[in-house]
Amino acid sequence: MRRGSIVRVVSIGLLAAAVATSIAIFIPWLPENASKEGERIDFVFWFVIAICIAVFSVVAAVTVYSVVKFRARPDDDSDGPPIHGHTRLEIAWTAVPAVLVTAIAIVSAVALAENGKLKRDRLVVEVTARQFAWTFAYPPEAKAREVSKDTQLCDLPPAPPNCPVSGVLRLPEGRQVELRLRALDVIHSFWVPEFRQKQDAVPSKLKVGQVTQLPITPTRIDKYTVVCTELCGVGHALMRAPACVMEPRKFQEWIRSQQRKPQGTPEQAECP
Amino acid sequence: MTEVVEHTPQAPPAPPRTGWRRVLAPGWLRVPWMTTLFFGIGFGLVTGIRWWAGYDPILDWLVIVTVAALITAPVGFLAAIGAFDYWTYYALGFPSRAEDHSGHGARSWRDYFRVNTDHKVIGIQYLVTTIFFFLAGGLLAMLVRAELAKPGMQFFDTQTYNGLFSVHASLMIFLFVIPAFAGLANFVIPLMIGAPDMAFPRLNALSYWLLPIAGTMMLSSFLVPGGAFGAGWTGYAPLSIVGTNGNVWFNMGVQWAGASSILTALNFLVTIITMRAPGMTFWRMPLLVWANFTTSLLVVLATPFIAGSQFFVMFDRLMHTNFFDFNDGGYTLGYQHIFWFYSHPAVYIMMLPGFGIASEVISVMSRKPIFGYRLMALSLIAILILGFSVWAHHMFVSGMAPWLRVPMMVTTLMIAVPTGIKVFSWLATTWEGRLRLDTPMLFALGFVSMFVIGGLSGIMLGAVPIDIHTSDTYFVVAHIHYVLLGGSLFTIFAGIYYWFPKMTGRMYDEKLGKLHFWGTFIFFNLTFFPMHIIGVQGMERRIADYPPKYGDWNLFISLASFALGASFMVFVYNMVVSWLRGAPAPSNPWRSLTLEWQVSSPPPIFNFDEIPQVVGGPYEYGVPGARHAVFNGQRELGEPGEVRVE
Repeated sequence: MRRGSIVRVVSIGLLAAAVATSIAIFIPWLPENASKEGERIDFVFWFVIAICIAVFSVVAAVTVYSVVKFRARPDDDSDGPPIHGHTRLEIAWTAVPAVLVTAIAIVSAVALAENGKLKRDRLVVEVTARQFAWTFAYPPEAKAREVSKDTQLCDLPPAPPNCPVSGVLRLPEGRQVELRLRALDVIHSFWVPEFRQKQDAVPSKLKVGQVTQLPITPTRIDKYTVVCTELCGVGHALMRAPACVMEPRKFQEWIRSQQRKPQGTPEQAECP
Repeated sequence: MTEVVEHTPQAPPAPPRTGWRRVLAPGWLRVPWMTTLFFGIGFGLVTGIRWWAGYDPILDWLVIVTVAALITAPVGFLAAIGAFDYWTYYALGFPSRAEDHSGHGARSWRDYFRVNTDHKVIGIQYLVTTIFFFLAGGLLAMLVRAELAKPGMQFFDTQTYNGLFSVHASLMIFLFVIPAFAGLANFVIPLMIGAPDMAFPRLNALSYWLLPIAGTMMLSSFLVPGGAFGAGWTGYAPLSIVGTNGNVWFNMGVQWAGASSILTALNFLVTIITMRAPGMTFWRMPLLVWANFTTSLLVVLATPFIAGSQFFVMFDRLMHTNFFDFNDGGYTLGYQHIFWFYSHPAVYIMMLPGFGIASEVISVMSRKPIFGYRLMALSLIAILILGFSVWAHHMFVSGMAPWLRVPMMVTTLMIAVPTGIKVFSWLATTWEGRLRLDTPMLFALGFVSMFVIGGLSGIMLGAVPIDIHTSDTYFVVAHIHYVLLGGSLFTIFAGIYYWFPKMTGRMYDEKLGKLHFWGTFIFFNLTFFPMHIIGVQGMERRIADYPPKYGDWNLFISLASFALGASFMVFVYNMVVSWLRGAPAPSNPWRSLTLEWQVSSPPPIFNFDEIPQVVGGPYEYGVPGARHAVFNGQRELGEPGEVRVE
């Protein structure tokens, strides 16, 4: 390889990298993050994107250069040089990707482990999904943290006393929430894009079944939308619920007001 | 044109039937009455047993349709066209008829519409049928994009919409990509290894005729009361158990398509292992043969799992078993484990043959040996083995055992290594070559670049934290279309253009081919790249309606997708017109070394007048005096393209 061709390949590569990087930066990809777990997920996202841009640029540079430079004239019937391989090159392109994916795996595993850690003072919210609605129940805090994660205290319907139930997901800002999810009919999946975290709710009978679990630590007071991301039937697109992140003090007031309310009182289905 | 070698029949064949007896002869005249008869048998079985056992109601139409319309009537159809005649005569002890090869090879266009044992005819039958289902599936995609062009519901109700994308995906996967590769391989593999046909020609014919049954079943599920199956091509239980009865048509359609896949794969394995020409060692096989060898292993090992999963879902609905029905203690997530234990390897079933086609085209059209031949073959095997250890990466958010996530992520990311080896080797093959950018080469290079994008988004999805955000969003839709459309479909096109002269004996129109490529390439990117963006932004997949904030991108995507759909019309026009009126093709227009190009276009009925003797590797371009194979009497001649002395 002559120096001239190296310069040309590298400049095409840099051009490709510049185009890809501007697509990554100037188009709004991720919605504004609103949870602590989301920060780690975003870090992994941009870490992997950077590696992807590098790999893409190498491939694009070589492809474009080859097509332009080595294109045969119509009357050229000759063959190329009989190169069958190059052991060191082949070792390199086996080893380099292996190192890159190992790095991705390590970063991902660390982020995953961090995001899965449950705090002592977390709030437990029991999420029940059915065709095509979400229900959020708030069991007594201390008791909920003690019981195994495989159970839901607020068996629905009807909810026992001390279990305020709402069609709106209300969360206090800055405190970790452990969602315990299950479904009543088919599989649903809980997602708030701004929180990044996602988890399927699997149908089960409480005693024999399976309750899935998802930690989220909201960091920004705002209104969001819970969407169902697992195809669940004809109303799949409409299976949405409001989610509000509130000041911790207001959240506690709301919980207390709900516990005082007589059972069955309809609840305002909107964020304050 | 080489002379046809006719085998001398040992006894005179049965005379053709005349008059009314023609309705007894194998063929289309037998189809109406035998299919009806077998439907009746199924109907009688169900109602008879229900009457005898005292079940109420006796006329349970769901069971009757499942047994009579989806099982016995198709068997009747296969028997009617003659797929079982030889075996039936043999099994019942009738004197077996001497093979006169009347059912072998195409002498007129009619021979393509009957049971034919010639692998070349079957290959073309496969390709034409799969392109038909490709167009049908594409039309469904157009309807999906029409509905999604604007927020709000415009044309369909949500049940119909769910049916549209479910049937679209099922047709594209089970009736297009998988069998289209089987069709190409059917035509090419025996020629490439120097064999007169596949190992089991009658089984080969049967494999083909199972396909139209599967496709018809999936398409006609739209006519089922309640609507087509709408649980997606993944058909997750319990939605697929409680959804409309159209789901049964999917359950059974998959059985017919899966049986076809398995039988063909067995046939390929035996053919490749036992019927290679003398001198064709494994390390002299073209990479397409390697690719189909590994693919067939995947099919044989994995396909029974999807067959099982669909039977279990159907049994849960019809017989109230509880494999996956949680109400009676079924294991809901079990469905996903079994399903993906097939369907992840299926991704490689849909990819490895394309790798093979790309290797052939890129080497020939770069006029250079494939770079790192052995490592290319070994990386196929690495993908084959690793492919079985990654299925649960489709289930990172499913609620499966949490400890499974990290190991499955590691194996998933590791697959990028052998895949990367292949991509870099293709690029190195083009380096310093003499590139000829004919349509097959354009599609092959388009495949390499698009597949890299699909592979990189695959790495993102393989990293668990990113997957938690992006799973079940349009990011996944973008990813699979980069892999299956930019990957598989581009290589299928590369293969069709590349072997078109060999199959039809005519050249396709190069200008239209290039127009097709650029139309498809540009509008494919405009359609699917933005899906990455809206997916990461938060638009979930499989929704019939979406919030207005995604409206602009969706309109853009829909418009681009209509242009993408139109680009395939150029392809269809080119194929039809070129097949009828194209310029006659020389035997070896690409100056390739592999064996299929050393015979006439189209090849003689039994492929080779004499068995070739393989003496070297398949990609020795630029090597002075190198040969892949020699034929007696040609040793000194130097056929065009076979050897180049410098």
